[in-house]
Amino acid sequence: MTANGNSVEVEELVKRFGDFTAVDRISFQSRPGEVFGLLGPNGSGKSTTIRILCGLLHPSAGRATVAGYDVVKSPELIRRNIGYMSQKFSLYGDLTVLENLRFYSGMYGVERSVVQERIGWGLEMAGLRGRESSLTRDLSGGWKQRLALGCAVLHRPPIVFLDEPTSGVDPLSRRLFWELIQRMSDDGVTIFVTTHYMDEAEYCNRLALMYRGSLVALGTPTELKLNSIEGSLLLLECDRLGDAIGRVRAIKGVRDVAVFGNALHLVVSDDADVVSAIQMALEADRIVIARLQQIRPSLEDAFVALTAGRRALPSEAIAQ
Amino acid sequence: MKLRRLLAVSRKEIVQVLRDSRSLLIVLLMPLMLMTVLGYGVNLDTKHIKVWAFDREGSPASQDLLRRFQASIYFDLVRSASDYRTLTDALDDGRCQLAIIVPHDFSARLHDGRVVTIQALVDGSDSNTAQLAIGYAQGVLSGYGSAVQAEFIRASGGPAIMPALSVEARTWFNEELESKNFIVPGVAAVVMAVVGTLLTSLTIAREWERGTMEQLISTPVTALEIILGKLVPYFALGMFDTAVCAAIAVFWFEVPFRGELATLVIGSGLFMTVILGLGFWISVLTKNQLAASQIGLVAAFLPSMLLSGFTFPIEQMPLGVQTFTYLVAARYYVVILKSVFLRGTGIGALAWPALALSIYTLIIVALARRSFHKSLE
Repeated sequence: MTANGNSVEVEELVKRFGDFTAVDRISFQSRPGEVFGLLGPNGSGKSTTIRILCGLLHPSAGRATVAGYDVVKSPELIRRNIGYMSQKFSLYGDLTVLENLRFYSGMYGVERSVVQERIGWGLEMAGLRGRESSLTRDLSGGWKQRLALGCAVLHRPPIVFLDEPTSGVDPLSRRLFWELIQRMSDDGVTIFVTTHYMDEAEYCNRLALMYRGSLVALGTPTELKLNSIEGSLLLLECDRLGDAIGRVRAIKGVRDVAVFGNALHLVVSDDADVVSAIQMALEADRIVIARLQQIRPSLEDAFVALTAGRRALPSEAIAQ
Repeated sequence: MKLRRLLAVSRKEIVQVLRDSRSLLIVLLMPLMLMTVLGYGVNLDTKHIKVWAFDREGSPASQDLLRRFQASIYFDLVRSASDYRTLTDALDDGRCQLAIIVPHDFSARLHDGRVVTIQALVDGSDSNTAQLAIGYAQGVLSGYGSAVQAEFIRASGGPAIMPALSVEARTWFNEELESKNFIVPGVAAVVMAVVGTLLTSLTIAREWERGTMEQLISTPVTALEIILGKLVPYFALGMFDTAVCAAIAVFWFEVPFRGELATLVIGSGLFMTVILGLGFWISVLTKNQLAASQIGLVAAFLPSMLLSGFTFPIEQMPLGVQTFTYLVAARYYVVILKSVFLRGTGIGALAWPALALSIYTLIIVALARRSFHKSLE
């Protein structure tokens, strides 16, 4: 760890691929035992950031340390202290469960005296006891993913990087996976995870919101939800949603409108008049209001609000 | 470098090869296939040249001459034509490579002691065969000429004469002058080159394509451990194929084996390492299985086939090409193979080619190591 006890420190980090800036001067720190989430849509620079931290990509500018080691100067020292699970499933499909675990225990140099115990732990954790000799490619998504996590942490690294670990996995497996992550975090392991699922982001202790290579906001999920929205958030359920969007957007005091399922979320100024103005405008257009009430913002509301100024298209939102 | 990690990589690679039917097929079938195709197909001997004759005289003397062609192992007297046209037609469509025309006054001129001219038409589309055919035909004719002269002198009451000079040629190392004796061992080099580069050229590229490399390079394993760890199993497979080739050469093609087994093993081991390193390096550079296997074939198969001195003598190549052959690892290996199979010299006499291969090994592994980065860029 660094002198000030951070497990990961990123300062003004930049990564360019030719003319394209994938990561644009981002800075943050994470503390030991923290579940730190990088949240953002595809292409926002999350994976690039994680790959730089694992020493797999060179930063174009800025500085980053992991477990106290500089990513440019000592990537090999970092690799001994981290576990990494890449976005794509990356175990050997033509090896069995046990062969994969053995192979990675060799790669990470797990002490011989504890190899059996750690492999047993990995099997247990992945729920693959009794399926040791199944070929890995025949496993279903959730098992593959838990086995990949098991392989990545066989050497008990203090920091674990997970790049979109739950993409393409069924909801039950996702839940199981997050329980595993929570347990490791309780043991003091720093978990660094990227996701574009809003519900998963709620599991993180702290979140960095990324959008088009930039860090848009940083804080606990609660902080992000409370601070991101100026004014209040209204839920509007009505018929003729399409017409309603145009109507309410024209009303003074309505700052932003976003579609959430079959309802609209309106960011409005803290002004009692706004609600009645909305009611009047919709009634004038014979739009029937089913519900109109103030609600607590979700992370998705926070994300929509935080990226409002940067979005090219309002539809460019994030997966539910 | 940690031996444990290296062995873990080897073990993983062995399991993968054994489960991959395509790789196994390459290992098992390639030596059999190439040995059969090249062993039987590449035949540089010019024997049984097809000859048609047009005997315009049809006398006992002219028949005697033609019988001499028939008796030669180099010629097969296929047919006698009854006119010139038939003869040229046969030459045109390749039914014969040599056409002999005996003049109508053959025995009369012989009898008068005048010069007799035999016309020979040769198919020059294969210049090598044409040259040999002309040479052999002259041999047959001059043999007949001497016999006729001796007979003439004896008949006219002179003393029996002996030829003034004679060459008694004895071919060493390949007594029967059979091309299979040097081609078949050379095929072994080609088989090893093909199998070695094909197998290894895929191994790194496959990991990049499947995404397993990203996971692998995030671990503390070093580049050298990956390279050497992956070389071990392919080395074993390559040496297995070498043994198969050597066995086929000796027991099926009946090529002599005069050297020592140890020389063959050491030489083959060195050559195999170079080839594997080459395949490996290509795989590292391309990161793409298709490109790697194709480049691998071109880089290994063609030079070991054409520039190693196994089919075409290096001394007869243009100077530029000759210089280039020094870069072809198979060149050194072919020297070793010829020694082991035909000459019977020991490893001591082969210090040069062995040293060249050793240096080659070091360079190629260093190049592969340099080109392999534990990075996604």
